[in-house]
Parts: sequence; C-alpha cells; structure tokens
Amino acid sequence: MSNRRDFMGMALGAFTGLGALGALYAAKKTWEPLPSVKAAGKAVIDLSGAKEDVLNTEVWRGKPIFVMKVSKKNPAYKDNRLVKVGNDKFFIAIGLCTHLGCIPTYFPDKGKFICPCHGGQFDAAGRVLKAPPPKPLVIPPFNVKGTKIVLGEEGEEYKKMKAAKLV
Amino acid sequence: MAHFDPNARPFSKKWLNERLAVETLERVLSTEYWIPKNINFLWAMGMVLAATFGLLVISGIFLLMYYIPDTQKAFDSVNYTIMSQVGYGWLWRHIHGVAASVVFLIIYIHMFTGIYYGSYKKGREMIWISGMLLFVTFSGEAFAGYVLPWGQMSYWAGMVITNLFEGFSADFMGGALNFPGLVEWIRGDYVPGQAFIGRFFMLHVFLMPLVIIALIVLHFGALRIPHVNNQDGEEIDFEAEAEKWKAGHRKESKVIPFKPVFLSKDVFVLGIYFLFFFYLVFYHFEFAMDPVNFDPADGLKTPPHIYPEWYFLWSYEVLRAFSKNPGLVWFGFAQVIFFLLPFLDRSPNVAPASRRGPFKIWFWLLLIDMIGLTILGKLPPVGIFTPIGTTFAYIFIALWFALPFITKMEKPVGGK
Repeated sequence: MSNRRDFMGMALGAFTGLGALGALYAAKKTWEPLPSVKAAGKAVIDLSGAKEDVLNTEVWRGKPIFVMKVSKKNPAYKDNRLVKVGNDKFFIAIGLCTHLGCIPTYFPDKGKFICPCHGGQFDAAGRVLKAPPPKPLVIPPFNVKGTKIVLGEEGEEYKKMKAAKLV
Repeated sequence: MAHFDPNARPFSKKWLNERLAVETLERVLSTEYWIPKNINFLWAMGMVLAATFGLLVISGIFLLMYYIPDTQKAFDSVNYTIMSQVGYGWLWRHIHGVAASVVFLIIYIHMFTGIYYGSYKKGREMIWISGMLLFVTFSGEAFAGYVLPWGQMSYWAGMVITNLFEGFSADFMGGALNFPGLVEWIRGDYVPGQAFIGRFFMLHVFLMPLVIIALIVLHFGALRIPHVNNQDGEEIDFEAEAEKWKAGHRKESKVIPFKPVFLSKDVFVLGIYFLFFFYLVFYHFEFAMDPVNFDPADGLKTPPHIYPEWYFLWSYEVLRAFSKNPGLVWFGFAQVIFFLLPFLDRSPNVAPASRRGPFKIWFWLLLIDMIGLTILGKLPPVGIFTPIGTTFAYIFIALWFALPFITKMEKPVGGK
C-alpha cells in the first residue's frame, strides 16, 4: 500500500517538477531581448570628416560610442588601444564607465575623461587613471572598411586586439 | 457537523459567528491581543508605517489610471497629463512621492527603535527578520517606482543599479563571477528601454506590492506569540497580566488590550504624523521631487552629478568608497548584515541600549556613522570628501565586526 502511495507521490512530483521547469524556462525566455532589439545591433560610422582631438559621440545599441581622431601631440597617440584607419589613429570605445555605466565627460584641456557618478578617470585611449573603474573603456566589436567603420562586426584588427586582450 | 442554529437571523452576529467565527477572530486579533503599558510613542511607528503603505496604495491606484508605461509617453503621462490635466492628479502624485520618501524615514526610526531596545532577541528573531525582508522589498519597490516617470534620474538609476548585477570584474577568478549577460537579461535590451519600463511597471504595481502585503501579514503574525517588547526589556507573563485586566484590576495589570486602549494611543500619534505628512505634501513636496528628473530620459547624456534618493545614500556611499570588486562585496555586506543582528548580538540582555554599557556606544556610533554616510553620499566624489567617506565606510564595517565581541563581554543587566 505504502509503495503504491509512494509511486503516486513520486509520479505527481515528477510531473509537477517538469511543468515547473517548463514554466521557468518560458519565463526566462520572455525576459530576453526581443529579436527586433537584437537585429538593430549594427551601426556604420564614417570617419573621413573627423577633426583631431575632438570627441564625437555616436550611438550603437542605444549606447554612446566615443570616436576621436587622436593627434600626434596627444600623449595617448602611441597607445596600442587606438585603431588605425588609413594614416590616422582613432580612439573608439563604448562611452560608458566600466564601473557602473555612467557616461564619463571629456575634458579636452586635461586630455582625460572624468565620470560624474563615482569619480573614475580615463585617458584619451580609455585607460584607467583613477579607480573605481576596474578596466579600460570597452572597445566594441568593429570592422574597418576604407574610411568607414562598422560596429557590431568583428573585423581582422578587432580580433587581433581581442587576442592581445586590449579590448 | 458543526452546529447551525436554524433560527439565527441571516447576517446577525450569531449567524456570522457560526459561519466565520467573527467574534473569536476579533478577540484573538485585537480585543485580547495584549500590549505592555511601559512603552512610548516609538511603539506607534508600526501603525504609522501601515497607514503610510495604505496611502501609497490609494494614491498609486489613481496614478495607475493615467500612467503609460512607454518610453515615448511615460514622461508626459506623468508630468503633463497627471500633473496638469487630471483633476487633482498633482495631489496623488505628491502624496505618492512624499509617502515613498517618508516611509523610509519611519522605517529607519522603527528599525533603530528595535535596535535600541533589543526587540530582536529572545523569541523575537522572526519579527526582526520579517521586518528586514520588508525593508528589502520596500527598497526594490521604491527603485522600480523611481524608474517609471522616465526622467534623467530614472534612466540613470536604472542603468547604474542594473549594472550591479554584472557582478565582479572579468579578471577576478577568471571571470567566474562576471555575468554581463545577466544585465542584458534583466533589462531585456542593451540599455534600459521599452522592455525595461514594461517589466519594472509590472513589478512596481503588482508583484512587489503582493509580496509586501504577504510580508506585512507575516510581520504581524510574528508579533503574536512573543508579543511586542517594552521600554525596559521586561519579560512579562502576558497570560497572568491579561487575567488581571479581565478581572477588572486594570491599574495593577501590566498590559492593555490592543483594541480599544492601545489603538486609541496609536490613532493619536497617527493624527500628529498626518499633520506633518500633509504639511510636506502641500508645502514641501519638492524635497521628494528631484529637479533633474524633470528632464526626459536621455541615454546619451549622464547628468553632471547623480545620486540615489536620500534613503539609499548610506549604502551607496559604502559602494562608492571602494574600487569595483571590494565595493560590491561591502555593498552586499551592508545590504544583508542587519538581517544577522539577532545572531551577532551575543548578549542575553534584553534592555535599552542606555543600560548595556559598551553597546550604548556601539548604538550611537552606528547611528552617527550612518547619518555621516548619508550626508557624504550626497556630496560629489571629489577632494576631501573621498577620504572622509572611505573612513566612514570602514567604521561601518568595523562596527559590525566588533559587535559579537562587545556583546559577548557585556555584563548581565540587573533587575528584570
């Protein structure tokens, strides 16, 4: 008798468990980004008109993207985190502080970024000058095409930088 | 089979008693729910909180009728439709905003009253823990609500708080505690957007209020057996004292019934509280309305100085005092450490802090330190403020590590 009851208990438990797992999986998928959000994941930026040491902010996936043509006199010019496009070097990064995601403000006279939220600082190649940010400003996946750059695509140069842990 | 009197008039007291036991319920929950006599106005804070929660629900219902959870429309639905088109819409919004802020003030008073009088010990642990669960859910509820008007502070609070779920940085433990995908999953987007506003709307108006109501029931239930503490930490034999009251020896009894005696005092405190509350609603609502949040959300522009509402400032300052990984650890510590209070306090004494020797100093240091952290959290992270803030954060942590040792050495309090 008790065996039969145990069996029925386990069978009921197993079916309920399966149903609960299925419902959890569905709930998890419901919270994921929609296909339309994921599809809008690429952006093309034309770099031909950029002026030296002037910061431009573009948009990719709703995030601000810092783009700046770095001049030879800028101390960050030799940094290997800059991206070479033609004969010029560009600083390209997601403009969100790696601490908690505020947009750092660029101070051209100081040549650095300062985050308004928790006081983190970055140089013109996105490297950390002052904590709390734990790592440099993130370089988004990019692909250089002539004087244009496609964000959201992993080009040759991006892959090399990624392998060297520069992104 | 239960006995039902066929002659009982429908809906008469007898008829209802037979079906719903209304008189038994009233006796158990109010007329024979005993409260000690030696208490003060601080014991009314629970009812003040319940009333404030009621105000939040009522004002929320009216706001809900016009608010639109849409990234393009939310800002105007609040700042134009509710504020200038809906008759008395401004009243509901100001009640909702002021109550959301004041409710935390009362929660902190309620908490520190409990800490001061040792009301978390000796059978009252579940009251403390259910209360802390309420504090955490209220914090989540306040955050979700803050996002909804979709102003600049809404957007950037949403950005910063959800980023906390990224966990530790990728270079720590080979990235085992780094979850960048979790942040996007919580938002349903790369940045806070339509999916984000929709789900936080649902959480704010339905799921979290449901959890809060359930926790309030648990919190009240947790009080029923150990009974409420008193201002001497005296262990009262509630049954014996109740018998005295019921036998007519009201003067000799150490207790009073919740209804009507304690309730009448509660209502008096509530009256004074509402004078203060509606003074704020009508004349000083602006303290709960950050001017920065009257700019619509812009994902490409962080406001020059962002900070949370005042009630989160102390834990925000703990987060801000450290670099990312330790900041996260100590922020988490600050969020959960109060839960452990009944177990970190090793002293058997249930007495006001003033009679507990070193614990008295501990109590006032903690209170002053948290007020200090709150003030520093509002100041921009520059110059001398950074090292002072760090010092206060270290003191906060050190106080909690010192607590078991301080209370272990505590001498038994004489008398009761």
